[in-house]
This record gives sequence, structure tokens and C-alpha cells, in this order.
Amino acid sequence: MTFDYVAPGSVAEACDLLERGGPDAHALAGGTALMLLYKQGLLRPEKVVGLSRLAELRGVRRLAGGGLWLGAMTTHRAIEAHPDVAGFSPALAKAFASVATIRIRNQATIGGNLAHADPAQDPPPMLIAFDAEVEIAHGAAKRALPLGELFRDVFETALSPGELIVGIRLPPLPTGARATYLKFLPRTEDDYATVSVAARVAVAEDGRCSDARVCLGSVGSTPVRSQAVERALVGQPLTDRVLAEAAALVVGDIDPFDDVRGTASYKRRMAEVCTRRALAEIAAPMAH
Amino acid sequence: MSTHRIRFTLNGRAVEREVPADRLLLDLLREDLTLTGTKEGCGIGVCGLCSVLVDDEVLSACLLPAVLVDGRSVVTIEGLADRPGGTALQDAFITHGGFQCGICTPGQLISASALLAASPRAEEAEVREWMKGNLCRCTGYYGILRAIAAARPAAGADR
Repeated sequence: MTFDYVAPGSVAEACDLLERGGPDAHALAGGTALMLLYKQGLLRPEKVVGLSRLAELRGVRRLAGGGLWLGAMTTHRAIEAHPDVAGFSPALAKAFASVATIRIRNQATIGGNLAHADPAQDPPPMLIAFDAEVEIAHGAAKRALPLGELFRDVFETALSPGELIVGIRLPPLPTGARATYLKFLPRTEDDYATVSVAARVAVAEDGRCSDARVCLGSVGSTPVRSQAVERALVGQPLTDRVLAEAAALVVGDIDPFDDVRGTASYKRRMAEVCTRRALAEIAAPMAH
Repeated sequence: MSTHRIRFTLNGRAVEREVPADRLLLDLLREDLTLTGTKEGCGIGVCGLCSVLVDDEVLSACLLPAVLVDGRSVVTIEGLADRPGGTALQDAFITHGGFQCGICTPGQLISASALLAASPRAEEAEVREWMKGNLCRCTGYYGILRAIAAARPAAGADR
């Protein structure tokens, strides 16, 4: 019923322990996801590999050229409060601050959030809209994966046994880019989203959209990027009509399911509404 | 199953204990150390009844493995009066009707104490944002908000 716990002193050792433990070995960061699944009987780990001693996985750093690095063991609260995060994009800080409550954000880490692969989480759509890459260690080896490719299904990732998320890397923002994170919450403020929309849009000097990323949460088994919306924006002036027509295309890219936060048809309607609102929020200050 | 010897500071005193790997801080406090002021509500990190301070940050003891407090400092409701402003906060909850049945009160006080330490002049919007993770089914929250406003160090006369 219970598990063995070990807290290794290096990433390589953690990877080795995870590899030898196979599918029944799990990494423990803040504990909010793992202990919840354990208490509910949804997960029966044989070995738990604690990451608390891996100080090199904590912290936020600006990268040369204007990018941003988030250590996997950094808490949501530390990220939302870090001046370099708001300096990179206020919307990024907002997406982290949208998660649950301060108490959970003090405990839950970004690495744990991504490895948990819950499609209703707030940071993943925003990070995907920023073209984030996940840094994954496997012993001494390292690989980088576009964040969108990490998520395979509800609670399922592309990580192999022995692989560990060590950081998230965000490239510099395109010139003239603005971003937003919109979380639709019809119940309580600490809830998971019924639908959420992360968007990043850049406008060229001629007033036309030069670059767009739109990614939604809670509308499928993974975060869902809507390239149909993005294609409808690029090259166009950001008029109300262009935004509305682009937002309407989101419905073809998403596959929401019924749950306590709404029916699938309700979420499809609200995905369009929220996408239009998010785009309008970004476009408003760009109009002049 | 592995067991682990952990050493931590609990309400200012050194504690050393052997714990199973899956022992939650909440159960360590309530069952092993008989500090029953910290309550269990939802058990899934939502309600805030089990709020405790670990290195001065509010956490959910119901989701925190005890092995993770090794080497750290834990404050529970039993240690609140020893924190700066702790007694004033308790008095303000009494004066302003910050509780009825009382089961959420230890968690409310712990969260409010952390808030006032981090932001002594917190305005109502910040108080609401901070306290939204501590549910109360009795007060309607207004008494709690009044109590916290009155307990701000800057509020002085209201105490």
C-alpha cells in the first residue's frame, strides 16, 4: 500500500532511480498532485524519488537575447512574484497566479504541473503560446521538447522512465508582441477553468498581424493550440470583424468533454467567446 | 516501505521523529504529536482547514509528506500566539465575529497571520485574494475580513 522514498543529491542519480523503478517510480516535487492521486487510490507508486535536494532546479533566470528560464522545482508562487517573469510578460505572471490558491501555489512546482499533464491547468496553454520548450534530463543526457509535444493525453506525457523535467525555456518575444491569459470561471475563483485561452499576438508597423499563437485549456485531453485561429489572424488588420471571424474557427480545433464544469457544447460556445475576448483584449491598445 | 528520521522546528521547538515515507504532515501533527488544532476538512488541498506555515509560507498539511519538512520550520495554530501580532489577530477574530462553529478558524488564523507578515498594510482586495483558499460555511466571510482589517499592525486603534 505504501512506497519507498529516496531523495537523491543529483539529477543524474534521480534519473537513475526513476529508470530502475520503471513505471511504478514517480518523482515528487511539491506533492500536491502526487499525494492527491495517492490518497485517492489513483496512483500506487512503489518508489517515490524526492527532488527537494536538487537546488539547481529552483529559480528564474533571464536568458541572453531576452528569453526566460524557469527551473522545474520553482513554485508557482515564486514564478508569479518574480520580477523577471512580469518583465518578460505580465500575462505569464497572471497565468501562474490564476492557479488555485496561494497555499497551493506555495507548494506546487512548474515541473510537477507539467509532468501531471492535467489539461485543465493554467500555465501550460500560456507557456505553449510563448513557444516554450521543456528541458528533459536522462542521466547525463539532455533533450529539449516543444511543450506542446510533451502532453499525450489526460495525465500522460511523452516522458520515458528515467526522464526528468529539469526546466522550461522560453525564447525571446517577437517584436511588437502582446499576450493575455483569460480564464473562464463560472463557479468559484479557485476552481479549474471551464475554458481558458492563452494568446500572444504581434502587430507589424503596417498594423497587420505578423505573428499569432492561440492555445486553450480545458477543451480536450491536452492543451490545444488552434492553428486555424492563428492562420486567420496573420496578415490581417486586427479589426473586430477579423477577430470575431478568427475566433469562430477555434471550434474546429477543440474536442471538449462533459464534466462538472460544463457540457461539451457549452465549452465549445464559450471557447469561441473567450477566444474573441482574449484577442480583443490584446488588440485594443494596438489600435492606435 | 521506507521510514525516515526527520528533524524540524515545530512552534519554536526542535522535534525529531521517525516517519513512514507516506506519512502526511497533517497526520504527523494530529496523530503522532497530538497537536489537534490543525483540522482535516476536504483532504484534497481545497478547503484550507489544515493550513500550516512551513518556513513562513502557508501550505496544506493534508497534501504535504512529512519527509518534506525535514530541516524546516513549522508553525501550527498552537504556535500562533508566539508570532508577532498573533494574539492581536486572535482578539480581532473574537471582537469582529470572525467565526461561528470554529472548525475553519485555525486555518483562517494561520493564513491571515502569514498574510499580515508578508503584507502588513494589505487592502481588502489583497486580503480577499489571499484568503480565498480558506473556506467558511458559517460567517459569510465579512466577520473574517473585518477582523483581518482590524488586526493589521497599521490599524492600531481598531485593536
